[in-house]
Amino acid sequence: MANTDRPLSPHLQVYRWQLTMLLSITHRATGIALSGGVLLLVYWIWALTAGQDDYRVAVEFFGSVIGRTVLFVMTLCLFYHLCNGIRHLFWDIGRGLELKSVYASGWAVTVATVLLTLGTWIAAYMMHGGQS
Amino acid sequence: MSLRTPLSRVLGLGSAKEGVEHWWWQRLTAVALIPLSIWFVVNALCLVGADYHEARLWATRSLNVTLLIAFVGVLLHHAQLGLQVVIEDYIHNEAWKLTLLLAIKFLSVFLFVGVVVRLFLAV
Repeated sequence: MANTDRPLSPHLQVYRWQLTMLLSITHRATGIALSGGVLLLVYWIWALTAGQDDYRVAVEFFGSVIGRTVLFVMTLCLFYHLCNGIRHLFWDIGRGLELKSVYASGWAVTVATVLLTLGTWIAAYMMHGGQS
Repeated sequence: MSLRTPLSRVLGLGSAKEGVEHWWWQRLTAVALIPLSIWFVVNALCLVGADYHEARLWATRSLNVTLLIAFVGVLLHHAQLGLQVVIEDYIHNEAWKLTLLLAIKFLSVFLFVGVVVRLFLAV
């Protein structure tokens, strides 16, 4: 196996951080987080089909402080991955690959993520008055 | 002066010749997930605060069950494809790489079948 003890030149501590790099690794990170979130979705479906008692436990969990925090983070990850994913799809058909477009779409994705997340959670609280 | 034959120098290099399917299915599931995710978020908002009976009522509509199964299926496939790339990027120990890849792929199939079975048995 390759010798991994050799000294390496610093990269993350040296190379100037740019929006492009940050958004790219965040896309991967949110993807991984959402993969964990799928398990929560499957749990909810299980509870729904299990019976009233099991469903109540699930609802209590999702309504708890920890549960809502997890759901909020998941919402953030979902909308970010969705918006940046669309940005990726445009690149895949060859559109928007100029540097200016990349930065403009990058900022648009960031703003859209925040707005969609906040909008969804405000809607959730408005529709159900703070109960789980 | 290398003692290798010309053939030995080139074997294993060049195009891998496979991988486009992965790229294509990743994009196909991504496109499908755009409307499905929006549908899911809207319905999840409707189901916040719903009691057990309201939620079950929602699940009696075949359109909801169909879209839910489609959403979970496409989501699991997309996730499993994405995680495959992550694993291949970061894990170089062949044994661990293979184990994790198989575990995630098998888990995806298992979860999908499980969800379908649960929803069918419940209806």
